[in-house]
Amino acid sequence: MNKLFLKILTLTIGFSFLYFPILTLIAYSFNENKRVMVWKGFSFRWYKELFQNEQILEAFYTSLKIASLSATFATIMGVMIGFSLTRISKIPARPFFIFLSSSPLVMPEIILGLSLLLFFISSNHIIGFPSSKGQLTVLISHITFSVAFVAVIIQSRLSSYDKNIEEAAQDLGTIPNMIFWKITAPVILPAILSGWLLAFTLSLDDLVVASFTTGPGANTLPIVVFSKVRLGLSPEVNALSAIIMLIVILAALSIYLINRSNIKK
Amino acid sequence: MIKNLKKQNVWFVFTPYLWLVLFFFVPLALIFKISISVSEWGMPPYRDLFSLSENGLKINSTLGNYLFIFSDPFYIRSYLNSLSLAFTSTVLCLFIGYPIAFYVAKSKPSIRNILLIMLIIPFWSSFLLRVYAWKVLLQGSGIINSVLIHIGLISEPISMLHNHYAVILGVVYTYLPFMILPLYGYLVKFDLNLIDASNDLGAKPLNTFVKVILPLSLPGIVAGSMLVFIPVVGEYIIPEMLGGSDKLYFGKIIWDEFFVNRDWPIASALAMSGIVILVFPIIIFQLMYAKYNFRNE
Repeated sequence: MNKLFLKILTLTIGFSFLYFPILTLIAYSFNENKRVMVWKGFSFRWYKELFQNEQILEAFYTSLKIASLSATFATIMGVMIGFSLTRISKIPARPFFIFLSSSPLVMPEIILGLSLLLFFISSNHIIGFPSSKGQLTVLISHITFSVAFVAVIIQSRLSSYDKNIEEAAQDLGTIPNMIFWKITAPVILPAILSGWLLAFTLSLDDLVVASFTTGPGANTLPIVVFSKVRLGLSPEVNALSAIIMLIVILAALSIYLINRSNIKK
Repeated sequence: MIKNLKKQNVWFVFTPYLWLVLFFFVPLALIFKISISVSEWGMPPYRDLFSLSENGLKINSTLGNYLFIFSDPFYIRSYLNSLSLAFTSTVLCLFIGYPIAFYVAKSKPSIRNILLIMLIIPFWSSFLLRVYAWKVLLQGSGIINSVLIHIGLISEPISMLHNHYAVILGVVYTYLPFMILPLYGYLVKFDLNLIDASNDLGAKPLNTFVKVILPLSLPGIVAGSMLVFIPVVGEYIIPEMLGGSDKLYFGKIIWDEFFVNRDWPIASALAMSGIVILVFPIIIFQLMYAKYNFRNE
């Protein structure tokens, strides 16, 4: 009984700590008052203003575009890295390749952002590309740090499944390309999907690298939100938080329900 | 294993290889180059490393930027502040996260899946907005102050924002899921019968924990600690949103050197030193871990 009490107490305190700030933010998003913390009355005012705020809407659209493109390219290259490192033994300077594909994982984003910005400026001086900082430079930067995360996921999936299946196919005369598309790709499909999703959220959530590499017309959502809340509070951002939380909760719930129905089968 | 690089495999290896060389390695090499260059006015605000004059090739390299950083207590203190912030918050995340991960992993599967989803929701929601939530809570007119005044603990709102305690709180809050999830991953695979066996053999609960549970969850502790420690060292957003001027951190110093002072060589030298300083704790960590594994084999 004592143990059960300790367990319930720990979980209650733990989850309250995780959820209390988020729930408070959602509650205050319905506050009529412009002064965020002084309650005046229930209203949808800030939701209305949020949906009329051109700057936020445009940034949201930019973020979605960059995140989906970045996730797609990062996944393609992450699969290539995972496949190369687990299936191809002869890679020139293999340790260097391993170093390159894993160190973005431990590189502080501030250093990554700084180095990429200085690189873009220099390369613009030397070869004129990229012609200006903007969506393209943010996209390139996001792909660069996401690739490593996808590669880790793909690699762990590829090294944990039975390679004999591929070798059997090879013995039966299947050409390597066919082996990849017919056997390897379907096996790692769940890993590909979770890699894409992770790369997507990494890009959507990034503020630091994007702040360094962005230029005119490429303000992502975190950049706009940060500029609004850096010095003070913003009731529109409260409304935005509530909407994002709702999307995340719905996504998590649907994953939970899909998993449960799969287990039942 | 494909032994030889066949033609169709070449682009499979070299597309990501080239990408990472071009956009990860070259930029790092570039900040190293700029970190040993001499600052000057102009665009770009540093002198070229090599210059041709009538006296032939001249190399304008300097260690001055590094000497400048390491002779100024301002920069050294900011590194130490960042390392101590990372260390404190990793330890706090471990102590708060371990019991949560343990009890979630020990729950019945039906409840466990719901709790797991509840752990993932904050993990997937926006980092920036979770930091912002604490800014709202800790305001002078915020909910915590109101409650404290209401129950009569304080009579005036106390200032809880813009100090390094608020930064630690923000870091622990936002990075807690990064600690809990890997811990959970190891604890859930853990055979609960081992606890019963240990108890049956007469071990006290504390002994069971130290001798049985802790060693088996060590890989999770290491993974979680790395996931918290490493990004916190370079953390910029949380000190900027919740911190004050009482303690300055490494991430903010680089940001200011670059965006405010426009001193590229100093910013680059700070970044390079940051990499070196960050690498050491990681190596020590891994050596300790390897030694521990070796001893237990």
